[in-house]
Amino acid sequence: MSYHRPQDLASAYHLLAERAPRLLAGGTDVYASSEGPGRPDGAELLDITAIRALHGICPSPQGWRIGAATTWAEVAGADLPPALDALKQAAREIGSPQIQNRATVAGNLCNASPAADGVPPLLVLDAMVETGSLRRARMIPLRKFVTGPRTTALRTDEMVIAVHVPASAGKGASAFEKIGARRHMVISIAMAAARMVTRQGQITEAAISVGACSPVARRLTAFEKMLKGTAATRIADLRPHLEQELAECLSPIDDLRADAAYRAHVAGALVLRCLARAASGATSQPESEGEGP
Amino acid sequence: MTPAATWISLQVNGRHYRSCAPPDRRLADVLRDEMGLSGTKIGCNAGDCGACTVLLDGAPICACLTPLGQAEGREVLTVEGLEGVGLGHLQHSFLAHGAAQCGICTPGMLMAAAALLRRIPHPGPDQAQEALSGVLCRCTGYARIIKAVCHANDPRSNTPPPPERQAVGISVPRLDGMPKCDGSESFGADPLPPDLLADASCGPFPASLDDSLMVRAIRSPHHHAQFTFGDLATWQARHPGIEAVLTARDIPGRNCFGVIPAFADQPVLAEGRVRFRGEAVALVAGDQTAVAAFDPADFPVSWHPLPALMDCVSARAEEAPLVHPDRAGNLLIAGRVCHGNAEDALAGAAHVAQAEVETAFVEHAYIEPEAGIAWLADEGGKQVLIIRACTQAPVMDRDACAEILALPEEQVRIIPSATGGGFGGKLDVSLQPLIGLATLHTGKPCRMVYSRRESMMSTTKRHPARMHARIGCDHRGRLAAMVFEGDFNTGAHASWGPTVAGRVPVHASGPYRMAHYHAEARAIHTNGPPSGAFRGFGVPQAAIIQEMLFDDLAARCGIDRLTFRLRNALDDGDRTRTGQCLETVGIRACLKALEAPWKSALAAARSWNAAHDETRRGVGIAGCWYGCGNTALPNPSTIRAGITPKGRVCLHQGATDIGQGANTVIAQIFAEALGLPLSEIVLIGPDTAHTPDAGKTSASRQTCVSGRAALACGQSLRARILRRLNMGENAELSLSHGTIIGHENGKEARLDPTHLPPGKHGYVLMAEETHDPPTTPLDENGQGVPYAIYGWGAQMAEVEVNTTTGRVRVRHVHAAHDLGRAINPSLAEGQIEGGIAQGIGLALMEEYIPGHSENLHDYLIPTTGDMPEITPILIERPDPEGPFGARGLGEHVLIPTAPAILNAIRHACGARITRLPALPHRVLAAIRQAGENGK
Repeated sequence: MSYHRPQDLASAYHLLAERAPRLLAGGTDVYASSEGPGRPDGAELLDITAIRALHGICPSPQGWRIGAATTWAEVAGADLPPALDALKQAAREIGSPQIQNRATVAGNLCNASPAADGVPPLLVLDAMVETGSLRRARMIPLRKFVTGPRTTALRTDEMVIAVHVPASAGKGASAFEKIGARRHMVISIAMAAARMVTRQGQITEAAISVGACSPVARRLTAFEKMLKGTAATRIADLRPHLEQELAECLSPIDDLRADAAYRAHVAGALVLRCLARAASGATSQPESEGEGP
Repeated sequence: MTPAATWISLQVNGRHYRSCAPPDRRLADVLRDEMGLSGTKIGCNAGDCGACTVLLDGAPICACLTPLGQAEGREVLTVEGLEGVGLGHLQHSFLAHGAAQCGICTPGMLMAAAALLRRIPHPGPDQAQEALSGVLCRCTGYARIIKAVCHANDPRSNTPPPPERQAVGISVPRLDGMPKCDGSESFGADPLPPDLLADASCGPFPASLDDSLMVRAIRSPHHHAQFTFGDLATWQARHPGIEAVLTARDIPGRNCFGVIPAFADQPVLAEGRVRFRGEAVALVAGDQTAVAAFDPADFPVSWHPLPALMDCVSARAEEAPLVHPDRAGNLLIAGRVCHGNAEDALAGAAHVAQAEVETAFVEHAYIEPEAGIAWLADEGGKQVLIIRACTQAPVMDRDACAEILALPEEQVRIIPSATGGGFGGKLDVSLQPLIGLATLHTGKPCRMVYSRRESMMSTTKRHPARMHARIGCDHRGRLAAMVFEGDFNTGAHASWGPTVAGRVPVHASGPYRMAHYHAEARAIHTNGPPSGAFRGFGVPQAAIIQEMLFDDLAARCGIDRLTFRLRNALDDGDRTRTGQCLETVGIRACLKALEAPWKSALAAARSWNAAHDETRRGVGIAGCWYGCGNTALPNPSTIRAGITPKGRVCLHQGATDIGQGANTVIAQIFAEALGLPLSEIVLIGPDTAHTPDAGKTSASRQTCVSGRAALACGQSLRARILRRLNMGENAELSLSHGTIIGHENGKEARLDPTHLPPGKHGYVLMAEETHDPPTTPLDENGQGVPYAIYGWGAQMAEVEVNTTTGRVRVRHVHAAHDLGRAINPSLAEGQIEGGIAQGIGLALMEEYIPGHSENLHDYLIPTTGDMPEITPILIERPDPEGPFGARGLGEHVLIPTAPAILNAIRHACGARITRLPALPHRVLAAIRQAGENGK
């Protein structure tokens, strides 16, 4: 038998340790990767979708816990503060409604595509990835979890349990932008996310990320620091600094969707769009920041 | 853990099911293969097309990506269950609005729509567009689908019009439409339909699809390679369940096929050397389980890759190796049309514009991958090989298979399944000879279903073109001359390359007057996939460069771009560049129809651009003409009809309907000519055993060529009836309980067919008529009469370009087409909308790169959200050669779209796109280029 669908985490951990199966949740990557009829590539599968603990979004004083098997449709429909808007916007851009109804948050991270739409918004939310196994539990910052194209920090006996957004990242407002050659069901040529907190028109906190322009989506930490203390209306003035950091930290490639020069250019444009939208979201919020989940 | 033999329980369409299939099987396969719910279609097995959309606990999902195990204890709704949950009216809305063309995406569309309608009973277009964004349709351009969904709960719009006496000119819902909307249509991969199972001449049948052997092809992973097989017998012996391994040596007849006999060059199974990635070298046939478990990587073949020629430039280089040793310079064939002295005239022209334009391989991307089944039937003691598969050309399939399999033609019978889109890609044989060969060898029914990747890598494409053209005019914008030269990458095998090389020079001038003309098109072999027929045979590519240069010239002359085209449009009685005198020319009427929207669109763009910097709007226009039917070659269609002793009027309709509507249009023409209501007509076929040859569904020929045969057939049968009734031409006919009744001048006469002796084919009265459009061969300068009928069109595109990202959004397309007579206006408009969708794809996103974009997420076709508003304008200037004046339309509608969009982009932001598709990075680079040129 090559398919297991345990009801509890302990059983899943045992299977992981003993049989090193391929993990299956929404199936949108696992099944899409084998073109033929019938089951995918004969691999042993561990289906985690029957484990109740892996579903749903729970707010807590520490932040938000997004269960590993939570679908993107659930994220898009969840009641979340404006700081998580980027995540909800990305949720609506992942594949199609059919895909969003199946594909999971953890699946998007574990598939580790450089063009994963879920990664940039979670990066600006300082997301932590909670993993579990028979031996130990870990909390890994997302930026360290995805280690390269199609590779993660996950060990063969480990699985993702949840993604955590800390309460500290629940402040302000955020936005997500992507560009592709068609409107729906399109792999991003480039994308960006930004979250911003303002006080009396001054930026007090900014988080920016860019995806599909490097092996792993990147935060623009230097530019983020530079934005602190700047008036939200003066962001465009700092564009040269943005361009400089993009040039330093991105390594876009030529592929069938676009060339590297275009990616580098459009990444900057998408960042500015996200910042503008996040700024307008943040400044329109009541000033009582830090309300938490 | 789930133990091995667990039953999985689920609700499907309100019924309780228990399945013992492995829980990791795709739900789509379980629904289709085990529960017999074949209305759920599989287009890609990757979640890219949405054809397999079903509702799982009310939410739309791709059944191809969902393991059966996850449906345990849950509720699945498929297209077969829609009526049961009170959504039958949605299906009727699809039928009434003409939302289904080929019908392969329809079940997926219906399910996505059902989920929406349960939330929002009266959705707006934007809501419908979003909700359907996960289902691809390649035929319709989505417009009628969106309309059908928005009006699903509006009963007035769903009632079919009352049956009318008149058949021609009425938007009757397609006659074969209901099966497409209720999920019962049988495509190539589906179970045999009941009406076929009732045909004793097709038996004995495979009891079910499970009893047939599955066939898989071993295909080259290299663009060019030599190969050798290992020990095939030992390999087979080690794989229980595999019943045959077949290679070129097993082919009893000629291991060569091609749509044009003189150029046939494609092996069914390659011998020692493959010329393109995806070329088949061997077949494996076995029981379903064995074939499903089989890993092609494990097959004993060793490849020795060779350098590959991937474009025309390298293929034409002096030292280039030859793809086919007998074709020097890798030149398959060149076509040319010369008139006057173009070079001299250009030298004397006031303005000359020139350009070089390059286009990409374009994939047909029909949502149904090739599929079919073959079996041996016993027809009166004679063994006949029956092949039922999706196709556009049943008689050509029969002839090819007979030659390959060394069978007499009468021992091969082709029964086309419903065809889930074709657009030219299903004109060449694909799996027909493969399953035929496997069936002959094993004696068992054999079936094959291409994977999406296999379909994309192994079947034909639109020719990538590398074109250079110069056009000159005088100060007032009157065209003087044009020189056109194009290399068309025809890939590894001939396919329809000669047709493209022949058609392009005839059409490259566009529907415009010019005294001096020199056009040459070469079909060049490379190691790309064979380029073949794709809606327009090279003309859409040529129109791009011609219309671009017209905008250049209009600018230099300082005149309006529409005026420039009107100034040069052909008129009634003008001669074409092949010297053909045309009685009725529709281009002027089409351009005139765009004058008012053109003016207002230009004004709207101006005012938008005055207020906006980042987004710029522009308007573009392009014209088209297109000759219907084969180029300067015989092109007959035959239609037969008869009346049975019971008074049934049977129409043997062999013009394959691939969604474009031949089943309906041919029947409308026939009914009108016969003078009996359309509802009395019983359609038979296509089936090479039952329908005379109505030719292939290509070159926009079925309405005007087969339609002419149907007209003649209807008239002839009517004459026979009137003779029996002893009545004149003006008699009104009707049918009542099998009796034909005639009324004329207050008199009534009756004809009871039961009293007449049955003759040929069992009919008491029968007519069979052939029409072959009058053409003449072209001489060495391309002079002659290549087509009997031309269709005309002009389109105007309004676009918005984001100058930061290079993203283009097409906002509105006005499409004026002179189709002579709209036999069925709704179907005609559906063709226009679908053609525009493909034109948008050609212009903005479609680029097939062998080895890189062999799926529907790397190869992009337009989704619901990429479609503009479309305003079809039908112009009816009858053509004396067409049935009721009708001209062809199917390909015309795609030709002006891409040039109109590209011209609109240029108008919006100055970007002159010379390499297609206009992906965002190319548009942005062209905007920058324009900025630099402007400095």
